[in-house]
Amino acid sequence: MTFEQIMFYVLAAAAVGSALMVVLQRNPIISALYLILNFFCLAGIYLTLHAQFIAIIQILVYAGAIMVLFVFVIMLLNLGDAQALKAKLTWQRMLAVVLVFGLLMEIVYLFTMPEATTAVLDVDRSIRIGEVEHIGTQLFTKFLFPFEITSVLLTAAIVGAIFLAKKKLD
Amino acid sequence: MIPMNHYLLLSAVMFIIGAAGVMTRRNAIIVFMSIELMLNSVNLTLVAYSAFLGDVTGQVLVFFVMAVAASEAAVGLAIIIALFRRKQTVNLDEINLLKW
Repeated sequence: MTFEQIMFYVLAAAAVGSALMVVLQRNPIISALYLILNFFCLAGIYLTLHAQFIAIIQILVYAGAIMVLFVFVIMLLNLGDAQALKAKLTWQRMLAVVLVFGLLMEIVYLFTMPEATTAVLDVDRSIRIGEVEHIGTQLFTKFLFPFEITSVLLTAAIVGAIFLAKKKLD
Repeated sequence: MIPMNHYLLLSAVMFIIGAAGVMTRRNAIIVFMSIELMLNSVNLTLVAYSAFLGDVTGQVLVFFVMAVAASEAAVGLAIIIALFRRKQTVNLDEINLLKW
């Protein structure tokens, strides 16, 4: 086993474990902290795919910005242990788990088809693709219009968030 | 060398955990975090395909997914704050104004 393989399997196990803890924890603050751990594991997995830019953005944007927002809102609403909601195991939830398991089987079937299992990683090429220079060139030439639309989306989101969180909502 | 389907299976498992969280949890904030989990698993699929197929489009798409996730988190958390101010709860079973 090479170092890369050991790193991938350890990080994958940690990612699945922390994802499970996000869903199973009763206290939202602990859930949020496990989600941050999950994001760091994913950043490491992106590094095994030679996607350096995405790995850094993952930590900056997800673990840095989005999760701070989540933790801030949980603290603001004071959703500690007192607010831990009783989760009854009704038949609907059992059905949901069964259906989700069926979906997993379908996806596993799809992903174990020969096209997915025989692909080989061209290391030199993937290192070149993951560089910020290559992604930036594509972003400002081929994907310029979606990139500009993203700025409109972010502006709309800021305006919407301020409007929704205002004290008086007429 | 790690085969590509291991990346894909990892993302499938994470997506399923997120979907189960959305359907079974009643705390609006945890439902939101499960949605982030699903978005992240899709990102992993995109990056894996991008690296293995030698095409940068997947990583550019991940960039856009992150922008959408950021705006989604901002608007969604604002909605949760507005709901909490009105009903003093984040339990999705008690927020049923638009049900039926």
